[in-house]
Amino acid sequence: MQIRSHTIASLLAPAAVLAAGVVAGTPALAAWEPTKPIEFIIPAGTGGGADQMARMLQGVVEKHKLSKQPLIVINKAGGAGAEGFLDVKNSKGNPHKIIITLSNLFTTPLATSVPFNWKDLTPVAMLALDEFILWVNAEAPYKSAGEFVAAVKAGEAGKFKMGGTGSKQEDQIITVWIEQITGAKFTYVPYKGGGEVATQLVGKHVDSTVNNPIEAVAQWRAGALRPLCVFDAKRIDLKDKITATMSWNDIPTCKDSGLNIEYLMLRGIFMPAGVTADQTNFYIDLFKKVRATPEWADFMKIGAFNTTFMSGKEYRDWVEKAEVTHKDLMTKAGFLAK
Amino acid sequence: MAESLEALFHGFAVAMTFKNVGFMLIGILLGVLIGVLPGLGGANGVAILLPLTFSMEPTSAIIMLSCIYWGALFGGAITSVLFNIPGEPWSVATTFDGYPMARDGRAGEALTAAFTSSFFGALVAVLVITFLAPLVAKFALRFGPPEFFAVYFLTFCSFVGMSKEPPAKTVASMMLGFALAAVGLDTVTGQPRMIFGVYEMIRGFDFLIAVIGLFGIGEILLTMEEGLSFKGVSAKINARVVWQTWKELPKYWATSLRGALVGCWMGITPGGATPASFMSYGLAKRFSKDGPQFGTGKIEGVVAPETAAHAAGTSALLPMLTLGIPGSPTAAVLLGGLLIWGLQPGPLLFVEHKDFVWGLIASIYLGNIVGLIIVLTTVPWWAAILRIPFSIIGPVIIVICAIGAFTVHNAMLDVAMMLFFGVIGYAFKKLNYPLAPLVLALVLGDMAESAFRQSMIVSKGSIAIFWSNGLVGGIMGLALILLLWPLIAGAKNKLIPKRT
Repeated sequence: MQIRSHTIASLLAPAAVLAAGVVAGTPALAAWEPTKPIEFIIPAGTGGGADQMARMLQGVVEKHKLSKQPLIVINKAGGAGAEGFLDVKNSKGNPHKIIITLSNLFTTPLATSVPFNWKDLTPVAMLALDEFILWVNAEAPYKSAGEFVAAVKAGEAGKFKMGGTGSKQEDQIITVWIEQITGAKFTYVPYKGGGEVATQLVGKHVDSTVNNPIEAVAQWRAGALRPLCVFDAKRIDLKDKITATMSWNDIPTCKDSGLNIEYLMLRGIFMPAGVTADQTNFYIDLFKKVRATPEWADFMKIGAFNTTFMSGKEYRDWVEKAEVTHKDLMTKAGFLAK
Repeated sequence: MAESLEALFHGFAVAMTFKNVGFMLIGILLGVLIGVLPGLGGANGVAILLPLTFSMEPTSAIIMLSCIYWGALFGGAITSVLFNIPGEPWSVATTFDGYPMARDGRAGEALTAAFTSSFFGALVAVLVITFLAPLVAKFALRFGPPEFFAVYFLTFCSFVGMSKEPPAKTVASMMLGFALAAVGLDTVTGQPRMIFGVYEMIRGFDFLIAVIGLFGIGEILLTMEEGLSFKGVSAKINARVVWQTWKELPKYWATSLRGALVGCWMGITPGGATPASFMSYGLAKRFSKDGPQFGTGKIEGVVAPETAAHAAGTSALLPMLTLGIPGSPTAAVLLGGLLIWGLQPGPLLFVEHKDFVWGLIASIYLGNIVGLIIVLTTVPWWAAILRIPFSIIGPVIIVICAIGAFTVHNAMLDVAMMLFFGVIGYAFKKLNYPLAPLVLALVLGDMAESAFRQSMIVSKGSIAIFWSNGLVGGIMGLALILLLWPLIAGAKNKLIPKRT
């Protein structure tokens, strides 16, 4: 036993030094360390937003040697992510398994009655929040969210097509939300991925989308799309010019444009239930180190993420609140499974 | 044009460095290996290695990863021909004639034809990328839900009526495929469908698992019944088989060209390599004078799908680079890679990162040449595998199949599912039901259904949307002509009696 604790301490020493700048008051001893490769589940397909972030994390951990054990990324996308969540739910007490979530953590069980809930998992940390932006084709005449909504209301019901990812998930929730507070009526067309949705808007097969920044930024820069407003309480805090004339910061909030909607998507980490506080702390620590790397900062910038970080009780409370919000929104939209 | 050429030569200078050629070799070798193992597809292979490239320079990284993809495209044909087990979904159609050829002792010939056609397909596609990129990218934007449905419809139509079996059996097999494709989460309503309360079924029947079972395990069961030995053991294997096959290949220039065009079109639109290979095979069967003998080991039946698959796989990079939409699952992973390396795919990539884009395009030329040389030199070795006694290779194949099925979702249920499909495959063969329509319906059913229902949402239920503009109407018209071709041809023969 003596030998073992000695090894652990020596393993920890460099990590603790690395972490010192980032984390104040991490106990240098007694910490838990993974003893085998860590399974990193993505409840979404390869190439999507969650997948990109997870592989990015894996790369950073690898490059900066932040963990003695590697992260093994596994996609379990089936059933709008239900497959991945069920896998983690059934791995009670396994500290070598983590999962990255998106809003399907809340929406999938509500819409499909697949038996899981975030309370079957242990919240670890919020890595970032993904923004949503209302986009139209650059050739459309609308310059503001107000003008656009007025046009939708003026047209016959369902004439305007809103493209989005998936059914009864975040994109459609926002769409229904817009309908509820403005009285406008859209025809919602579900697609399989965010990139596809952006291209459909460029090709004018739909009239608007609520793509995440990273999904639509390339088309925006090329002058094919126009952002109308961002569904956040305040503007995105990035002032570098993205196009010739605009930065992320120049996009007004939807609230200021008369659309009082705030919606952000969780990019957070969970573990199976029944793990110890020591084990969660290892991961919280790991992600804090990841956040301190320049690669992560660049990635946050490219995707115009909201970089809020939370862990512990604060995170748990946030998730709890988000669940109530989703339940409320989905009840109003009539999306609950019968 | 001159500008493209100049940029391309600059690209060659980037790609030709000692280091990059080294990465190319590693990539191709890994890719061939990934292609050979069923289940572990190009997309998985690239995804697994993506984080490793994180500290590499982006151009070197994409060269290596795209070479894995080319390698997988080449390698997928190997097990299809040798064991009737498609290593990749796009090599399913290669089994139809490739495997009978191997049973006749012509495995070397089939492999040479497959590899050479793959190379030709890639070459045509990369020429399209080099000279037509901006033009073609705009074309892809015209594809909305009705256009996508029309493309899938065309694939089905070019395939119907091509089986030797009675049409009723083909239809029965295809309908079973559609039924299997419908299991899982309904993407339009977001509701689970036909899962009978078993939540693990929510991910549906994966095409790869079905294919590994139907073809791989089914074939092993048949072989066991027939006396535990592979036919084709007596195959003469020598290095000259490559030259002999090459002499024969130019005869099939029309099939190759058609395959390459179908492939480019499907890669760009983006339909993908798998439907492209099926469509090309279907068209070749219809328009070749040897058409009726397809399925008995015609070299043309290997040329058609392989050319199309590789052309589609290559041209799938074009919409990814110019629009940021991936034309195939592997392209989707590469797209994620671009973002991780700090590059933004999209219309401005060609302007802002010239080195990267043209280095990549140059590496497609080089990577495929390197790939062709590697796989062709190994043809005799692959063919020699058939000489290993079945009692040794049989169990090895079953283990590889099981690992492959497990890798798709990391789930044990899938291995059981694979065995179940194996029994279905065996029963189908004993009862002379064709497997191909089932596979086609399973792989395309899901996408065709989404496209159809999106169209219906957009049109509020009016079917007229499929004739609402020249593009979609043209594709639908072409599909109907192909579907009714036997009738049309029959009527023509009656009206205009053949002069003798």
